[in-house]
Amino acid sequence: MKARVEISLRPGVLDPEAQTIERSLASLGFEGVEHVRRLKVIELDLAHQDRAAAEKAVEAMCERLLANPVIETYSISIDA
Amino acid sequence: MRAAVITFPGSNCDRDLAVAMERCFDKPVARIWHQDTDLPPLDLIGIPGGFSFGDYLRCGAIAARSPVMREVARQAARGVAVLGICNGFQVLTEAGLLPGALLRNAGLGFVCRTVAMQVATASSPFTGSFAADARIALPVAHHDGNYQIDEDGLKRLEDEDRVAFRYLENPNGSMAGIAGVLSEQRNVLGMMPHPERAIEPLLGGSDGLPLFRSLMGALA
Repeated sequence: MKARVEISLRPGVLDPEAQTIERSLASLGFEGVEHVRRLKVIELDLAHQDRAAAEKAVEAMCERLLANPVIETYSISIDA
Repeated sequence: MRAAVITFPGSNCDRDLAVAMERCFDKPVARIWHQDTDLPPLDLIGIPGGFSFGDYLRCGAIAARSPVMREVARQAARGVAVLGICNGFQVLTEAGLLPGALLRNAGLGFVCRTVAMQVATASSPFTGSFAADARIALPVAHHDGNYQIDEDGLKRLEDEDRVAFRYLENPNGSMAGIAGVLSEQRNVLGMMPHPERAIEPLLGGSDGLPLFRSLMGALA
């Protein structure tokens, strides 16, 4: 089973790197670009057979290591 | 004074910190590897600067989950003093021993210079020997020292007098100019500046000395 975790900064947490990307796009002439966000994606192969169990396991991984809940949120998608 | 310094793969200020402690405490300092789980009886644990585990995932994230940190958390809960400097500060926030998080510097650049700051509270085992509101200069050297915390958390830090050091000129975008914070019990301090690099004039300054003297006075 494959899992994909998208980790993003919580709304309101300043992301200077995203801001710099946004400014750089503007300087290249791309107009009307707003709210650039930078996400981290982590993909995992899991031995789990059961989808719900896999999701639960990945959620525990996010809580304990993959994301920092102080500054980040995450979303999990599982592909059988 | 029974002190120890922990070394993770990628730590690079561990020796400097041990030397500063030995010089100021006049006692040998134990060196602890990150996989050790049996710590000797201690009064002070130092978590040094560097790039533990290559800053992979998030700065300090992997080190915060290493075996030795479970023991550090247990000792901190029992009141043992824990001093995290630079990457050590990042490790302590990642381990949940201090609130908030350290993000990429607002200017995106690596900041490596001596900065002016204020001792924001003399009421802790780390800062008791500083004059109240003392202005000092300490070296900083980091890419991710931008301290962020939610509004309620910031208010709590301020209300409980837990900001230990505050930049006079903010080098990294930290909220409220925060350079160092204390735990609720005031026995854990995380700070981005390097007091261990400022213990004699030959190093460019000795403004870091009172921190080690404070610990000597409070713990020895």
